[in-house]
Amino acid sequence: MSRLLTRRRVLTGLAAPFVLAGCDRLGQAPAFREMVLSSGEWLSHRVHRLLVGDALAREYPPEAMSPDFRTNGNTRPRSATWQRQAERRFTDWRLRVGGLVEAPRDVSLAQLRAMPARSQITRHDCVEGWSAIGKWTGVPLGTVLDSVRLRPEARYIVFRCADDFSGMPYYESLDLRDAFHPQTILAYGMNDADLPLGHGAPLRLRVERQLGYKHAKFLTGVEAVASLSGIGRGQGGFWEDAGFYEWYAGI
Amino acid sequence: MAAETFMTEAAPRGGDLVRRHRLSTRIWHWANAAILLILLMSGLMIFNAHPRLYWGQYGANPDPAWLEITAVEGEGITRIGGLSVTTTGVLGRWRDAGGQVRNRAFPGWATLPSSYNLALARRWHLTFAWALSLGLLIYAVLSLVNGHLRRDLLPRREELSPRHVWRDIRAHATLNFPKGRAALRYNILQKGSYLLVIFGLIPAMVLTGLTMSPAVDAAWPWLLDLFGGRQSARSIHFIAAVLLVAFVIVHLVMVLLAGPFNEIRSMITGRFRLPKETR
Repeated sequence: MSRLLTRRRVLTGLAAPFVLAGCDRLGQAPAFREMVLSSGEWLSHRVHRLLVGDALAREYPPEAMSPDFRTNGNTRPRSATWQRQAERRFTDWRLRVGGLVEAPRDVSLAQLRAMPARSQITRHDCVEGWSAIGKWTGVPLGTVLDSVRLRPEARYIVFRCADDFSGMPYYESLDLRDAFHPQTILAYGMNDADLPLGHGAPLRLRVERQLGYKHAKFLTGVEAVASLSGIGRGQGGFWEDAGFYEWYAGI
Repeated sequence: MAAETFMTEAAPRGGDLVRRHRLSTRIWHWANAAILLILLMSGLMIFNAHPRLYWGQYGANPDPAWLEITAVEGEGITRIGGLSVTTTGVLGRWRDAGGQVRNRAFPGWATLPSSYNLALARRWHLTFAWALSLGLLIYAVLSLVNGHLRRDLLPRREELSPRHVWRDIRAHATLNFPKGRAALRYNILQKGSYLLVIFGLIPAMVLTGLTMSPAVDAAWPWLLDLFGGRQSARSIHFIAAVLLVAFVIVHLVMVLLAGPFNEIRSMITGRFRLPKETR
């Protein structure tokens, strides 16, 4: 028995690194990614839609705000157009609202500011793990979408941005459930001031029940589409395309 | 060869081969062993993306961290509160399998995947977190229905007396393990630690994990109040993971001390040879 035991122990000891190397390999295999590793996102998305519904993210009192709200991702787009607009304090910047809508339009910052506004003090959760609490002011996305009237075949809203990573433009997308959530706003203000350049001036998305990378900055356009497959590499967002990040980032 | 007997049948004696673990217990045990290892290793990779822990609702680089694993001037540094320890080679700064020096918190041999990939680690973690939670739920329901919880895990009144507990602590300290029929039952320290893990630590892992979800926080804001904020939940998630690792180490040491062949066989085939009463 003691010999058997030794052999067993030796085998277990030898097997462990192979099992772990096997996990490493499995994680690279497209079929395993698709069928096994994506099931958590699929399940969370469905279960959240069922259990979370349209519940509001917590809004905090002013004294709960982070004293210093760090920036991350791109903090200054390289786009010449954006830089020229920034010099003119975005007076000639326009948000193109189009795609599968009845009345596409270009909206100026002044027009957005004239629309009914919403302010919310919420927690921003980065996919890396940190959180910061700040105050955001802007127009509910639903109000803007109602003003252009979605066509019935529209299923997703795509957000176009002025920034890029190595030439790949940043973009993001939401389903209509999150797009029309009352806390989903196009924010032009942060902490009672204009949206700072590093946080996505002149306009960024806030989608409070999902992770930070969904909150597209430096917006240039909002586009209603029937499918995400024709956009970027088809995964619905820059990080979704570039890595293997979840499109539904409510966790 | 001693006759095989059922656990519930009368008078099995030392040396008998008996049935000890049900199939459902064995499946759950090995599934959890694999799932917890995957969750631990992918969790360490996720930690590597932001190797700082905070207390409260928010916490990011400008805010004070109570734990930090970092590299400073060519050394790996692990800091807990005011205590800094140089951990070069293991934590903060280490060589990967190819000999390359990396400035990351946890080393490649401890993470899944082994080289930095937050997106992939999250896929492993969030998929297998579902497996752990659903497994726990099924186990809890089955254990209630089939009596496992009441029969095998909940302490009997007499086991809770300080004298009994003290005797069991002494027996463990002197490596004097139960013999004969007494080895059929979990002793009080076993019951206590299994109950703590199954109904304390693992639910705490699941709940603090859920608290890190912005969508779940919207539905169940009481989670934020329960743990004192999302960053506190993240810290507690990490501490509970360390406690689970400590449990597994003690568990493995006990298996080795109590007779690894017999113990491992009992968790694979369900059959266990009762240790003889007399040496």
